[in-house]
Amino acid sequence: MELFALLGDFTVRTVAIGAALVGVVAGALGSFALLRQQSLLGDALSHAALPGVCLGFLLAGSRQLEPILAGALVSGALAALLVMVLTRATRVKTDAALGVSLSLFFAVGTVLLTYVQRHQGAAQAGLDAFLFGQAAALVPRDLTVIGIVAAVSLCIVLLGWKELKVTTFDADFARSLGRPVVAIEFVLTVLIAVAVVIGLQLVGVILMVALVIAPAAAARQWATRLEGMVLLAALFGALSGVTGALISASVRGLATGPLIVLVASALVLVSLLVAPERGLLWQLAHATTQRRSLRAHRVLVDLYRLGQAHDDPSYPSEQGMLDAYFGGRTGHVLRRLQRRGLVERVEHMPEEGAHWVLTEGGREQARELLVPFGTREHDGGGLA
Amino acid sequence: MNVLQAWLDQPGVTIVLVGTLVGVAASLLGTFLVLRRESMLSDAISHSVLLGIVVVYLLTGTLDTPLHVVGAALAGLATVWLTDVLVRSRRVKSDAAIGLVFPALFAVAVLLINLYARDVHLDTDAVLLGEIAFAWLDVVRVGALEVARSLVTMLVVTLVNLAFVVLLYKELKLATFDPQLAAALGLRPALLGYALLGLVSVSAVGAFDAVGAILFVAFVIVPPTAAYLLTDRLWRMLTLGCLIAVGSSLGGYAFARAYDVSIGGAMASATGVFLLLALLLGKHGVLARAWRRRSPTAPPFAELGAEGRP
Repeated sequence: MELFALLGDFTVRTVAIGAALVGVVAGALGSFALLRQQSLLGDALSHAALPGVCLGFLLAGSRQLEPILAGALVSGALAALLVMVLTRATRVKTDAALGVSLSLFFAVGTVLLTYVQRHQGAAQAGLDAFLFGQAAALVPRDLTVIGIVAAVSLCIVLLGWKELKVTTFDADFARSLGRPVVAIEFVLTVLIAVAVVIGLQLVGVILMVALVIAPAAAARQWATRLEGMVLLAALFGALSGVTGALISASVRGLATGPLIVLVASALVLVSLLVAPERGLLWQLAHATTQRRSLRAHRVLVDLYRLGQAHDDPSYPSEQGMLDAYFGGRTGHVLRRLQRRGLVERVEHMPEEGAHWVLTEGGREQARELLVPFGTREHDGGGLA
Repeated sequence: MNVLQAWLDQPGVTIVLVGTLVGVAASLLGTFLVLRRESMLSDAISHSVLLGIVVVYLLTGTLDTPLHVVGAALAGLATVWLTDVLVRSRRVKSDAAIGLVFPALFAVAVLLINLYARDVHLDTDAVLLGEIAFAWLDVVRVGALEVARSLVTMLVVTLVNLAFVVLLYKELKLATFDPQLAAALGLRPALLGYALLGLVSVSAVGAFDAVGAILFVAFVIVPPTAAYLLTDRLWRMLTLGCLIAVGSSLGGYAFARAYDVSIGGAMASATGVFLLLALLLGKHGVLARAWRRRSPTAPPFAELGAEGRP
């Protein structure tokens, strides 16, 4: 009920819809950035948006979203260009190039920000909102702008799907097919910049990178195909956006941007742990099962070989002896085998402790286990 | 003594000195980060030290404690360690791991401030942007002199960093250029790496008051990168990086005073001017490269390569 009450609130609904839109675009395009190992380009692009935001404001003279978005996009593109020049034309490595471009553009941004604040008087209202995001400042008109930009960039992704896919996974192959790889990479970079830029007002330049990377990284754990990954990442992005916006609306004083980022991070953590096949918990469970069945097999074979050595298939083996052959305690292994009906505990010389025999089923399984090693019926008592 | 005091009492002197020290402290460490291809870790660390500061504040209830340095160093190392864990799980690549860890820690820090520290002077803007312009207001007494607190802090940080680089020069050099050999000689390059990043965290805290977290990153990465385009020798790269940092502090201060803008931002932007110069004119810059390509005397190894290949 409370949720419906929240969604009934006009401001909350505006913010939630905006966050969902931003999440969808950031998730979908973040997938490409993640797969191309350009996650930190998102970081550089979002920091680099700051001077553009200020310039857009200075040129337009008002805090309208379009010039600010355009400015952010242009400065993002320039930052990406700087990264490209540094890595392609000099020996500077990618990490340093990203760091240079990020910190220099941000530095220029702070200079411009203080210039705007000190020289434009009261008109500066709300430019700091772009540092950490200020969801409450979102108005329905902004929503329209964000919506149109989101729709256009998703359409570009759909129309150029094949080209984007082949360039993402195998740029050399794409080149050999005669695809304009440089142009496609440029389009992808611009699209990622667009994803970053439309989220700035909500999440802020500092944290926007997380919304580009986290939904994609979470989706990567579940999906094995690009189609599924992009869809899932868009879904995760929208989910983080809406959840973050709703929590922020229901708890006073919590900023929206950090909440969205934390929800997205939690999604990553959960995905890393429980995603089928790739999930760490699944792998742990798988490894445990494997270790268990290996132990059971070794004990079965030991019992079988002991029987062979004594020319008595139902030879009662003493548990202490099995421990010695196994090189450790076998009690729990034997009890598990007993539950599966493969061994039986027998009363044989009770003063010497527990004794165990193979059942018919146990002998059958031990024989099967030994098949790959060659069935040597009587080999003089050699044990596994 | 009085002359020195009078000199230090000028706000401009303190500001430029603090900026210079931040720049030198940062680019000494940055040189190794750039060479080890770990520059972006400094960005991650400089964000997540905020969490260390906030947690220490919530535990002690004050912002004036040396424990901040410990908290920040731990937060920085936690960032590096978490990134490492993610990479080793082989579920995400290293770039994505960095981009996943620090925003999460930073978001936690911002929310903690939202929840518990709303009314104190622990402003996220101030942490990110710093306000070096007020550095001279907060003074402490050292002997017979009254010196700005951040000047003392940064002097200590710079001396520690300088000692680290000078005393472990050989070890750092080997661990940077040939970690396998360093490990084989028993130098523990991984431990050295953690020490380096721990110092980066401590320096980031020291630099907070002065230039803010992200501008600190500019001083860590940009001067060494510019120096990297100018020279092939490690000690020259270190020296040039420091010189560029000093020049940027002076130039940035002059610019900021002239146009009344953020001093820290102007200092960090000024490093970009040096980078552009190095990019154009440096030994490994674009012009030198273009000239080398056109020049009739091709480098000797190019001929060798052509002949050597059947």
